Amino acid sequence: MKNDNIIEINNLNKWYGDFHVLKDINFEVKKGEIIVICGPSGSGKSTLIRCINYLEQFQEGTIVVDGIEVINDIKKIKALREDVAMVFQHFNLFPHLSILDNLTLSPIWVKKKPKKEAKKTAMKFLERVGIAEQAEKYPNQLSGGQQQRVAIARSLCKNPSIMLFDEPTSALDPEMVSEVLDVMIELAQEGRTMICVTHEMGFAKKVADRVIFMDEGQIVEENTPNNFFDNPESDRLKLFLDQILSH
Amino acid sequence: MAVYEQKAVKKAPSNSKGVIHWLKSNLFSTPLNVAMTLLGLAILFWIIPPFVQWAYTDANFSGETRSDCTGDGACWVFVKMKLDLFMYGFYPQEELWRLKSVLGLFVVQLFAFKFFKSIKHKFISFSIYLIIAFILINGGIFGLEIVPTDKWGGLMLTIVVAVVGIVFSFPIGIIVAFGRASNLPIIRSVCVTYIEFIRGVPLITILFMSSVILPLFFPEGITFDKLLRALIGITLFQAAYVAEIIRGGLQSISTGQYEAADAIGLSYWQKMLLVILPQALKVAIPNLVGAFISLFQDTTLVLIIGLFDLLAMVRITAADSTWLGMETEGYVFVTIVFWAFCYGMSRYSNKLEKQFNTNLK
Ligand SMILES: Nc1ncnc2c1ncn2[C@@H]1O[C@H](COP(=O)(O)OP(=O)(O)O)[C@@H](O)[C@H]1O
Ligand SMILES: [Mg+2]
Repeated sequence: MKNDNIIEINNLNKWYGDFHVLKDINFEVKKGEIIVICGPSGSGKSTLIRCINYLEQFQEGTIVVDGIEVINDIKKIKALREDVAMVFQHFNLFPHLSILDNLTLSPIWVKKKPKKEAKKTAMKFLERVGIAEQAEKYPNQLSGGQQQRVAIARSLCKNPSIMLFDEPTSALDPEMVSEVLDVMIELAQEGRTMICVTHEMGFAKKVADRVIFMDEGQIVEENTPNNFFDNPESDRLKLFLDQILSH
Repeated sequence: MAVYEQKAVKKAPSNSKGVIHWLKSNLFSTPLNVAMTLLGLAILFWIIPPFVQWAYTDANFSGETRSDCTGDGACWVFVKMKLDLFMYGFYPQEELWRLKSVLGLFVVQLFAFKFFKSIKHKFISFSIYLIIAFILINGGIFGLEIVPTDKWGGLMLTIVVAVVGIVFSFPIGIIVAFGRASNLPIIRSVCVTYIEFIRGVPLITILFMSSVILPLFFPEGITFDKLLRALIGITLFQAAYVAEIIRGGLQSISTGQYEAADAIGLSYWQKMLLVILPQALKVAIPNLVGAFISLFQDTTLVLIIGLFDLLAMVRITAADSTWLGMETEGYVFVTIVFWAFCYGMSRYSNKLEKQFNTNLK
């Protein structure tokens, strides 16, 4: 790669059947950047970040992540997924495995780490997100906020260079949002590249380098966090902010 | 506006209210229930005393021949004298110790199951048991004489057929279920065709086909054990049902689980075996056990292709001129044996389910 872009997306187009869900997306992310993506429901935010780790296939355009071209090739996809982690809205922990086993699954089976070492690393990350004492429990025994922190710890276990977050706090009860955001802010301050789909303005203002507004499958506006929320340029963003801030 | 004091914690009212309350709420809650309860009791009074009188009070237990039976009640002497035939078929008398060791080792195996906590160890110990059991039953190595399969029979044959059917149909069923859920159209349609074909045909037909038609595909001269043919037929039959049951389990798993497994970098097989299958099996256990119980009962069909399972042994021994007319005792015996096995399996499945549930809580 000629520059320090860790993600390069060129002319990305994607359709679900006849429905044009992503329209000519062009977008770069530099190493260590924190990007926040906002936009109305159904605007294609999830679809966009899911293309980055190939959970979704796309028909046109190119995505290059950390030097790996995202195409349908088992080896490339494997390398890609070792490098890119994802945290989901609904946590998606594995309910049949203990918290600790949730974390060690990928290190043991994908990276072929010895069990002991995998457990040690896992405990280290559980400690960081403040759930070490729950390691032997099962996901359903934890609160939503705790589960999401476990999910973050699970995604950290492979030491990814890029982390994708898809509305990590929208399925949480209000009193649990901050415990998850605190963990994310800490991660952001460590210099890991992060792309977060979220409407948490406080988070965006605190750590984001850029905020991107998507609507109807397009990137409509890109701005610094302060300008984004306080001096939006496009009318569509103004309307959107009015809607989310009006109550 | 007002502020309220914090309430003290009270104990929940007790749920158990004694036998009378249970009877009232379960058996006599509505006029219809009262009528049904009384009808049920009447039927029990009508059936049970004569049965007990026949099967126990008037029955004959001691003696060795038919003349030792008075003929008022059941002649259990028949079952007693023919027990070895019922249990082991025509397996040579002097080799019976081998079958008895298989049984003894099964008890050892049960203890091993209690002892080993991890599924992996249970699996390994069960596999070793199956291999040893096969060697003992079939012979051929370690100086054990080969006992040809046409000598196998009775309950032992029933169990062999059922166990082989269950053990082999399980992995095949899983693979077919995965195939049916696959993204590759060819694999998917092969699996769908297989499942739909088998499910459209009764087991009897499959047994006839495997015993009559299968040999036509092999060159002249290659004979192919009759029991083996039946086992292949039964396994393929059962696998289609297992596949459908597991497919039901697979469908109950949310796409989020697949995506999370993909996102942490698992390969297709790792994803399916480590993440999806364990959850799908948990959902499928009750139906799987149901299918295995009906397979156990359906094994009696092998008698129509000339294999002598427990039921067949009872039929031919009761046709023996010295014991003519003893079918009833034989069939009651068969009923009890089958019931005991099926009830055992269903209890075991309840236990398994509970175990899984506590894991998931
Ligand atoms: N698997 C799918 N098949 C068809 N349409 C889909 C599928 N997934 C998402 N969509 C549609 O694509 C659009 C964008 O979805 P999504 O990326 O999830 O939006 P967002 O995350 O911004 O709310 C929505 O209109 C949604 O209905
Ligand atoms: Mg979304």
